[in-house]
Amino acid sequence: MPLSDKDRIFTNLYGIHSWKLQEAMRRGNWDGTAGIIAKGRDWIIEEMKQSGLRGRGGAGFPTGMKWSFMPKASPDGRPSYLVVNCDESEPGTCKDRDIVRNDPQTLIEGCLIASFAMGAHAAYIYIRGEYYNEAVVLQAAIDEAYEAGLLGKNAAGSGWDFDLYLHRGAGAYICGEETALIESLEGKKGMPRLKPPFPAAVGLYGCPTTVNNVETIAVVPEILRRGATWFASFGRPRNSGTKVFCIQGHVNKPCNIEAEMSIPMRELIERYAGGVRGGWDNLLAVIPGGSSTPLLPKSICDDVLMDFDALRDHKSGLGTAAVIVMDKSTDIIKAISRLADFYKHESCGQCTPCREGMGWQKRLMDRMVEGRAEIEEIDLLEGVTRQIEGHTICALADGGVWPVQGLIRHFRPVMEERIRTYKQKHGGGMPLAAE
Amino acid sequence: MSAQQDVKHHEEPASFAFDAESEAQIEKILKRYPAGKEASAVIPLLYVVQKQMGRATGSAWVPRVAMDVVATRLHMAPIRVYEVATFYFMFNTKPIGRFHLQVCGTTPCWLRGSDEVLRACKDAGALKGYGDTSEDGIFTLSEVECLGGCVNAPVLAVDDDYYEDLDYESTVKLIEALKRGERPTPGSARGRLCSAPEGGPEVLLDIPLKAPADAAGRKGE
Amino acid sequence: MAKVTIDGAEIEVPNGASVLQACEAAGKEIPRFCYHERLSVAGNCRMCLVEVEKAPKPIASCAYPVADGMKVFTDSAMVRNARRNVMEFLLINHPLDCPICDQGGECDLQDQATAYGGQGGRYREEKRAVKDKYMGPLIKTIMTRCIQCTRCVRFATEVAGVPELGATGRGENMQIGTYVEKALTTELSGNLIDICPVGALTSRPYAFVARPWELRKTDSVDVLDALGAAIRIDTRGPEVVRILPRINEDVNEEWMADRGRFSFDGFRRKRLDRPWVRQDGKLRQASWEEAFAVITERMQGIPGNRVGAVAGDLVDAESAFALRELMVGLGSANLDCRQDGAAIDASRRDYYLFNSGIAGIDEADALLIIGSNPRKEAPVLNARIRKRWAAGALKVAYVGPAGLDLTYHAEHLGEGPAVLSALLDGGNAFAEVLKGARRPMVILGRGAVARPDGSAVLAAAWELARAVGALTPEWHGFNMLHLFGGQVGALDAGFVPGPDGLDLAGMLAGGVDALWLLGADGFDAGLIPEGTFVVYQGHHGDRAAARADVILPGAAYPEKEGTYVNTEGRVQHGRLALYPPREAKEDWRIVRAAGAALGVDLQFNTLDALRERLAAANPAFRLVDGRIAGGCTDTTGPQAGSTSLGQQPFALPITDYWQADVVSRASQVMAECSRIYNDPTPRLAAE
Repeated sequence: MPLSDKDRIFTNLYGIHSWKLQEAMRRGNWDGTAGIIAKGRDWIIEEMKQSGLRGRGGAGFPTGMKWSFMPKASPDGRPSYLVVNCDESEPGTCKDRDIVRNDPQTLIEGCLIASFAMGAHAAYIYIRGEYYNEAVVLQAAIDEAYEAGLLGKNAAGSGWDFDLYLHRGAGAYICGEETALIESLEGKKGMPRLKPPFPAAVGLYGCPTTVNNVETIAVVPEILRRGATWFASFGRPRNSGTKVFCIQGHVNKPCNIEAEMSIPMRELIERYAGGVRGGWDNLLAVIPGGSSTPLLPKSICDDVLMDFDALRDHKSGLGTAAVIVMDKSTDIIKAISRLADFYKHESCGQCTPCREGMGWQKRLMDRMVEGRAEIEEIDLLEGVTRQIEGHTICALADGGVWPVQGLIRHFRPVMEERIRTYKQKHGGGMPLAAE
Repeated sequence: MSAQQDVKHHEEPASFAFDAESEAQIEKILKRYPAGKEASAVIPLLYVVQKQMGRATGSAWVPRVAMDVVATRLHMAPIRVYEVATFYFMFNTKPIGRFHLQVCGTTPCWLRGSDEVLRACKDAGALKGYGDTSEDGIFTLSEVECLGGCVNAPVLAVDDDYYEDLDYESTVKLIEALKRGERPTPGSARGRLCSAPEGGPEVLLDIPLKAPADAAGRKGE
Repeated sequence: MAKVTIDGAEIEVPNGASVLQACEAAGKEIPRFCYHERLSVAGNCRMCLVEVEKAPKPIASCAYPVADGMKVFTDSAMVRNARRNVMEFLLINHPLDCPICDQGGECDLQDQATAYGGQGGRYREEKRAVKDKYMGPLIKTIMTRCIQCTRCVRFATEVAGVPELGATGRGENMQIGTYVEKALTTELSGNLIDICPVGALTSRPYAFVARPWELRKTDSVDVLDALGAAIRIDTRGPEVVRILPRINEDVNEEWMADRGRFSFDGFRRKRLDRPWVRQDGKLRQASWEEAFAVITERMQGIPGNRVGAVAGDLVDAESAFALRELMVGLGSANLDCRQDGAAIDASRRDYYLFNSGIAGIDEADALLIIGSNPRKEAPVLNARIRKRWAAGALKVAYVGPAGLDLTYHAEHLGEGPAVLSALLDGGNAFAEVLKGARRPMVILGRGAVARPDGSAVLAAAWELARAVGALTPEWHGFNMLHLFGGQVGALDAGFVPGPDGLDLAGMLAGGVDALWLLGADGFDAGLIPEGTFVVYQGHHGDRAAARADVILPGAAYPEKEGTYVNTEGRVQHGRLALYPPREAKEDWRIVRAAGAALGVDLQFNTLDALRERLAAANPAFRLVDGRIAGGCTDTTGPQAGSTSLGQQPFALPITDYWQADVVSRASQVMAECSRIYNDPTPRLAAE
């Protein structure tokens, strides 16, 4: 049974209707918000835990548990903050954009409830700088909510004072990492912090902070309105809920779609995105969850389910659920090489392995695209990715090497063939960069 | 060895001061952050600078003297502002053309034909390649990393506006329009509604709507 | 305390310690580049990775707090692998130009690559090259060697308090620099060279001069300011080629000020390296015998009370004491070591010492600075004040010229002595801050008493310290900040007017017929009355030597064994690192020879004997490398005399930091610094 519209949380994902507050309320936003808050902090957190919601920003950490890390009281007078991560920059990912521009009140209402649940009277939404027009809409939506008494003192009649601010980034993928985002919000370079301490103890301005993805926060009100059981009824255990997927690449009709978790990949692509260009058999590989998740060859795509656990079992991941489809015309080495470029470009430069290693990886990949390499250098490349992985402050480096590891894992013969072809064309030697 | 790119020589203005429009924006911006945390406003103020330069000179960039002005305003050491201005890619630390053509070249756009978008930009904008500014100063061409419009790939951002679902012809058309002084409506070149599939949404067509009065009346309960 | 097991050995470390500290406590060496004990933790080089039981990935030990029961492995396969990996990454874009790098032989990267690196390189792509940056006349940059550890950025921001260095750009294009080309406005820039773990920041004056293994290294103390920093003098043959700080937690931690570090080319230049005598109005070279013959001849017949002596700012205590003995032997009480005319009351040691101790700053919670700019007078001490301030534990105010940039926030209370009256009579609120403090400090600049109302200023400052509760049996909050390394030693050696003796002003007012200047070049020699017979003994002397009738060439501080007392009263020995040039001699020997020539029987033939007499005269000299510390048991203040507080604003004694003494005035390096730093127009280009 495909997900029906009545079970979709984002009722205006495509902007069929207006994003304005009055229209949003007609679609059910802000319905009984004060009543939800009246049930109390513990109830909300427990309900979130029961719903099985896992963070929608990529890492998939259970949301209710994350909230429970926030201090119950503030003996030292430090305020708590909610920070919403709308730095959506993982290649392939464009779901938060739709929420912000077409369904902003889901997010704003979610901010109020989530902030209440973690004892925060203020929240910041950090939106990537390139989303300029989206930020204009979101700011207007926030202004509308203020005017309607849904934000500010006694927000939505809940008795909770709550301020919500929008803050624009300025072009740095790394700011999607929660501590880099906090640094950036404090007016510094987006360089991830050492952990511990974790943001729940020392976050924004040195205060307890929780950073959540836009989609994570935006689904909160509807989960609490309809109940944890409803949300948990979609998808497999530990992978519950509905999810916005971004289906793109070599499909007939790229689109965003809110569907149930654990939907088979093939069904997702064929039902909602018009199928693979040239038919399923023309499929080469799929990057299932945004650029950081290793690609899967067609053989796995045939029956893999779209959820955290199934994709992890195949050494990939759900990530942000950005499904990048590549058909048989794709130069798969080039496709992954371009991602290596991306990670080199976006490395903040702080940690040695990432700063130096991403450049090395990229340069090796450049040669792999041409075939201007030795077969053994595939092992060197693999080795380089392994010595980057797990040696840095944040996970950017890990995400930056996984795509290459996935390429080698599944398409090593293609890489070897490319090298052989190059040698045939250019003689046996390996002209190096210097020439 | 490959030397790191040096910023090409360009004329730094002798001074910079915020104009009235900028000052009004700054007043609003500073209210968002707690007392003593005004450094948080550094990115917003650098935007204010860049916009003002665009208004005043037709080239939206951030001169070094303006970074100093921002530093003073926010009680930051100038070097901390230089760090921020050079870390984030949306700040242009040297002058650019009137329109900033930003081609997304990351894999999702590349799979859908970003190379064609690039070719069109070069052809129609008389640009040699990435990093180039046209002789007439109208266009600067940059490659940018994933813009987050992937289901509408390929994407070309002109300043702050995303033009989506492009191909060679539609890109040329867009650039010709910009040359004529027009500003085509941003969004899909193929007439798609946001991220809905081509041909129109197949879901979300059946959303029950409450009566306006009913919805308004329930607020805050 | 937390129990931690390091490689199987259990140790206890304080809670909050880092894993790296625990490993060090267990005697395990942990390689590191970005980590530095005195800087904030960056955790970015990733060299200090260790394995912690149950952790899936190696952790950065410098940044990870210990936990009770933690098991750490510093030499497991995972750790060795991680270190080798990180080292390879550090080296792929490093130029590996050790043969032409001044850091060679004392380079952390070189050492650790040998210890932890792999065999050979696997990187066959293009290497990165980075344009060199301009950071001032003292630091040479070769930025391609930089490993982006950001120690220099953190030092400049945190210790020196000049946030002018940063890392601009990002990823592999991240560059360390000032962004706008300019000299770092700090007096501590040499320390950047020390903390740079590679050859990116090296010493400009030392460029291509020597390899570390060619050098003879002599531990000594710096005397070019009154801090008495522990230093190492590196010599090759007859030359000082560089001076480096050593660690002395109580004094300079591990920092050093630029003037002390970089003035050493002054030891070679403008030296008085042979005796001179004036003949027919002109100075001519002479032999020691001739020089002493002239002295004997000219001084014969001058009664003892018509002879006077002045000691300079850089003299060793032994020479000052020896000259005092000579004067006493001649029957003179006309002695003064206060060339600046400072109204110092030498009757009690705590009237002129920095009694809280330099390390005492670490305990202070309120500080009033009177007539001093510690940043220029003792930069390392100023950094210590800054450290305490940055920890949020110290409130600072100052009296003196408005607009001082001390590198920390200090409330400006006013410009002149009137503020002292206001603080005493309740007219200034900062008095309450001092009173409310547990460890209040008053720093009185030496310059603040070198004025007509100096004794009144001294008395008022003491009285203020007393009134705010800074003088207790447990805590002595009255502090005088001296300017040069010889000043306190000369006071301790009793080089002040004896009974009925004349001070410098009295001697210059026609009180003497013969004047012996021991390195005394710090007053206007033009004031010496015509006809006065002048002996100048010293190593440099551009101003006073020109006035002399006889010049006796002495030894600069690296050229002799000498005792120096720093501003807090710490007695330290400077050591001979090289011999005085040509015919110059150690100063106490010159004085002794002069005694023999003048028929005064000085009671010492050896340095040891001289030191014994010195210690007998002032037992403070017995406590070498230490100081008599403690609170104030007698709060009776120094005598104001007949003067009262004037209206004149306080002026600062050091107007040009880089040219403040005879050595730095002879140094070309310091002349260059003075030119650049005093240039009012910003320098945008490197050349």
